[in-house]
Amino acid sequence: MNPEFKTIFYSTLLGVGIILLLVSISFALGNSRIGSTRPDSEKSSIYECGFDPFGKIRTPFAIKFVLVGILFMIFDIEVSFLFPWSIVFNQLNLFSFWVVYTFLVILSLGLAYEWLKGGLEWD
Amino acid sequence: MTINSYITVTIKLLIIFVPLLLSVAYLTLAERKVLGLMQNRKGPAIVGPWGLVQPIADGVKLLTKELIIPSQANKFMYYIAPIISFTLAILAWAIVTMDQGVLLSDLDIGVLYFFAISSLSVYAILLSGWASNSRYPFLGAIRCAAQMISYEVAIGLIIISVILCVGSLNISEIVLSQKSVWLIIPLFPAAIMFMVASLAETARAPFDLTEGESELVSGFNVEYSSLSFALFFLAEYSNIILMSCMMTIFFLGGWLSPLGDPLDPIAWFLAPTGALSGGSAVWFFTKSSIFILFFLWSRASFPRIRYDQLMKLLWKTYLPLSLGLVVLTAGILIGFNGVPPPY
Repeated sequence: MNPEFKTIFYSTLLGVGIILLLVSISFALGNSRIGSTRPDSEKSSIYECGFDPFGKIRTPFAIKFVLVGILFMIFDIEVSFLFPWSIVFNQLNLFSFWVVYTFLVILSLGLAYEWLKGGLEWD
Repeated sequence: MTINSYITVTIKLLIIFVPLLLSVAYLTLAERKVLGLMQNRKGPAIVGPWGLVQPIADGVKLLTKELIIPSQANKFMYYIAPIISFTLAILAWAIVTMDQGVLLSDLDIGVLYFFAISSLSVYAILLSGWASNSRYPFLGAIRCAAQMISYEVAIGLIIISVILCVGSLNISEIVLSQKSVWLIIPLFPAAIMFMVASLAETARAPFDLTEGESELVSGFNVEYSSLSFALFFLAEYSNIILMSCMMTIFFLGGWLSPLGDPLDPIAWFLAPTGALSGGSAVWFFTKSSIFILFFLWSRASFPRIRYDQLMKLLWKTYLPLSLGLVVLTAGILIGFNGVPPPY
């Protein structure tokens, strides 16, 4: 494996370790004489402005967010296709250049269709 | 890896980590000071001279606060979300090149790594919103996720037009290729779009709809207290500094000096040490600070925009524009025979 990736992997572990250390220090301080832990049912109930929370919390939300997610997936996959192209395009010939342009045109047509159909409206 | 290289990496990580925490702490002070001065008041000025000890006092206060755990939360996800958030915020710093060779890990795919880490930070926010099992965090997390993933597309396309001009994903290569001209000059629209998109990506004002205290109280971190809140807070500010540094790297020539060595005051100071190669980390941090100031300034200047305006700005303006910019950049590079040499 590339040593640079090993560095990244090791520093991930180290970073998580440092944070866990911080968290445990905070726990220790919170339970010591400096801090204080006095849980009661009002304090540990979920937040609501001025009244007891009612109803289901995890209610269905607007379908728009899902649509944004789907659009994101299409364009993010496009971006991940373009990344390798963008570093090797100086070694490619004109034909492959036009192939990528065709791909971009097709995607833009998709975006235009979505736009005309009102998929990008938010109301 | 040998034991020596483990020790080296540990020391390098601490050298990044400790100043990062300090700079995040003082960024919060700077934010309050700058906002205060822009509104014709003083900002924090009581704790220590000019309020300089304020961030340390805040940190100690946050650490010793009671950790309130909401009774209905999904405990494991609730605990793990801030840890993921802050870990990702630290890890992204592995590829930030502050000077020639001054970085944790000289990845050949540095830009992709940065992109991947910034995409992953959506999970921390979604997890926290879902695990809190409360109404405001849930709405805030959904909004934040939709906003962040949308603006990632624009950032990705802008980065691609940078890479087209550079021909490499390595951060040092990107900076070194700007020796003759900083990329902000040929790619000015992309630089502006990157600045605005990084505001939205870090969910800062005027795009701070995830926090929106008038409607969502504080967004995805309503149920968090004490250190678990501090971790989210640190991650947010560390991401601000990170985006400023990436802006500097992509468009403002990283550590390169804007002046020639004979004109460069920093070069005069560094000349006896012989640490001179047309730029230094001092320039890097100076340029980054300008963008950090931009983050604070835009918070003082602009009112929060509506969510539909946010989405319209991305999907109807930035996405077509940045797509067009990729096509245009590639076309100009091919047409005028300006492709970067094979790396």
